[in-house]
Amino acid sequence: MTTDSEPVIYTEGLTKRFGAFTAVRGISFAVERGEIFGFLGANGAGKTTAMRMLCGLSRPTAGIARVAGYDVARQPEQVKRCIGYMSQRFSLYGDLTVRENLKLYGGIYGMSRTHIRQKTAHVLQELRLDHEADKLVGDLPLGWKQKLAFSVAIFHEPQVVFLDEPTGGVDPLTRRRFWELIYGAAERGITVFVTTHYMDEAEYCDRVSIMVDGEIRALDTPRRLRQQFDAAGMDEVFRKLVRVRQAGA
Amino acid sequence: MVRVSFSELAKSYGSQQALKGVSLTVGAGELFGIIGPDGAGKTTLLRILASLLLPDSGSAQVCGYDVVRQYGEVRRRLGYMPGCFSLYQDLTVEENLQFFARLFGTTVQRNYDLIADIYGQLAPFKDRRAGKLSGGMKQKLALCCALVHRPEVLLLDEPTTGVDAVSRQEFWQMLDRITAQGITVVASTPYMDEAARCHRIALMQSGRFLLVDEPHQVAASFPFVMWGVRAAAMHRLLNDVRSLQGVQSAYSFGDSLHVTFAPSCGPGQLRSHLAQCGHTEVEIARVPPGVEDVFIYLDYEG
Repeated sequence: MTTDSEPVIYTEGLTKRFGAFTAVRGISFAVERGEIFGFLGANGAGKTTAMRMLCGLSRPTAGIARVAGYDVARQPEQVKRCIGYMSQRFSLYGDLTVRENLKLYGGIYGMSRTHIRQKTAHVLQELRLDHEADKLVGDLPLGWKQKLAFSVAIFHEPQVVFLDEPTGGVDPLTRRRFWELIYGAAERGITVFVTTHYMDEAEYCDRVSIMVDGEIRALDTPRRLRQQFDAAGMDEVFRKLVRVRQAGA
Repeated sequence: MVRVSFSELAKSYGSQQALKGVSLTVGAGELFGIIGPDGAGKTTLLRILASLLLPDSGSAQVCGYDVVRQYGEVRRRLGYMPGCFSLYQDLTVEENLQFFARLFGTTVQRNYDLIADIYGQLAPFKDRRAGKLSGGMKQKLALCCALVHRPEVLLLDEPTTGVDAVSRQEFWQMLDRITAQGITVVASTPYMDEAARCHRIALMQSGRFLLVDEPHQVAASFPFVMWGVRAAAMHRLLNDVRSLQGVQSAYSFGDSLHVTFAPSCGPGQLRSHLAQCGHTEVEIARVPPGVEDVFIYLDYEG
C-alpha cells in the first residue's frame, strides 16, 4: 500500500523493447494522489505500451514502475487489484443488465455482497439510472453506457483509474458531463490517468505529458506548457512538439 | 453544378430510426462536413449515398444518377472510404492500389497526378503488406485507393477518428488539394474542431440535421453573448459559476469556461459572486462562440 506522501504512479527509466524496436525509451515521471494526469502523444508514440506496463499487463524490459506502491514487474496481480481501467471499447456486457454488470465487476474484485448492494444503489442514484437498473446495457444510449463504464471502472474504489480515450465519438455535452464525473472521482482521491485525442480535454488535466517516439518530451501543467511553447492552446503545443519529430525523421 | 443531392431520406433498423428525413445539395468541388457524435446517423447516410444501403423513403442522386435505380452509374463516379479499414491486408501497398485501379478499368499511371502527393509519402513502403502499415499510413493508402479511378464525388466516413491532432490536420490539407481539382468531398467526423476546415457543414444528431451552413455562419448563429471565464482553481470554478442564479449555461472549453447569462444577470454579478466564493485570478471576457457551442445549444434545446 502507498502512504499519502508517496506518488501513486512512479516510474524511473521505464523501457519496453520488442525485438530491435524500442517502443518506450526510459520514461521517468510521478503522479500524485488525486491528480488528473493527461498522457498524450502521437499515434505510435508508445502510449499504449507504457499504459499496458503500468497496468501490470506487459513486463518492462528495463527500468522500474510502481503503481499504488506495487512493482509492476514483480507484483502485477497486486497492481491489477488497485487499479481500474476503461477504454473506448467499453468493457461492459451488453446482454447483462446494468445491475448485473455492476454485480459481476464487484464480484471479480472480491467485494462482499453487502458492499456490492450498497455501492450499486449509490451508483444508480449518482448516474440517475434507477429506472434503467434492470435494462440490458446493450439497449442504453451511448452516453449512458460510457458513464456506466466509468462507474464500473471505479466500482471497487481503486487508487488509480486508467482511461484510454474514454470520450471518443460522443457528443459535446456528454463529453463534458463525462469530465465532470472525472473531476468527482479525483476529488474523492482517485488518481486519474487519461489519454485523449481531444486537445481541449488536455486543458482539463492538472498536468499533461506528451510522448514522442517513445520518450516523454514535455511534462507540466497545461498553463506552463502553453507558456513554455509560446502557444495559444494545447493543440498548438502538441503540434509544435510532434512537428519537430516529423521534420527530423 | 450539383454533385450530390438528397431529399427526405429516411432509414430505420427495426424500431430504431437512424435517419429521420434529411435533405441536402452539395456542389462540385465542395468540401462538405457532416459533424455529429456516434449514433447520429452519419454512416447510414453515407452508405445510402454510396448505394450500399437502400433508404426506406426519400431519394438521393449522385452526379445526377439515382442511387437506387442507377447504382452502376453512381459507383463509377464515386470514391468511398468506409469507417473501418477495408483494404486487402495481405496485398502490398502497390498491389492494393493496382487492384482498385483495375476494378474500375483504369491504371494507376493514368490518374497518378491526382494521388501523387499522397502516394509519394507511401512510396518507400510500396512493398509492405497493407496489414503491417501504421494507422496514419493505412489511412493514406485507403484515400489513394478511393481516388485512383478519379471519382467525381468522394465519400469519407470518419477518416480522422482515432488519429492524432497532427495527422488529422495533414489529412484535411490533403482534402483541400483534392477539392481544388473539382472533386466533391463529403466527409463525416465526430470532431467539432474540424468544422472550420469544411466549406459547409451539417450538424447532425439523432438522425436529423440540426443546421446546415458555412462554419462561420453556424458559429454566428449562436443566439447569446458568450463569456469566457477563468480562475486559478478551474475544477471548482464550474460548480461555483453554475451556483449563481442567472447563469444560463456554463461548460468547460479548453482552458476556460464558456458562460451565458439570463438578461437579469451579467459578468459584474458573476465577478462578485466568484470573489465571495474565494476565487482568485478571475478573468471574465467576451469570446466568440464556436461550432461546438452551437451544437450543444441546439442539441440541448432540441
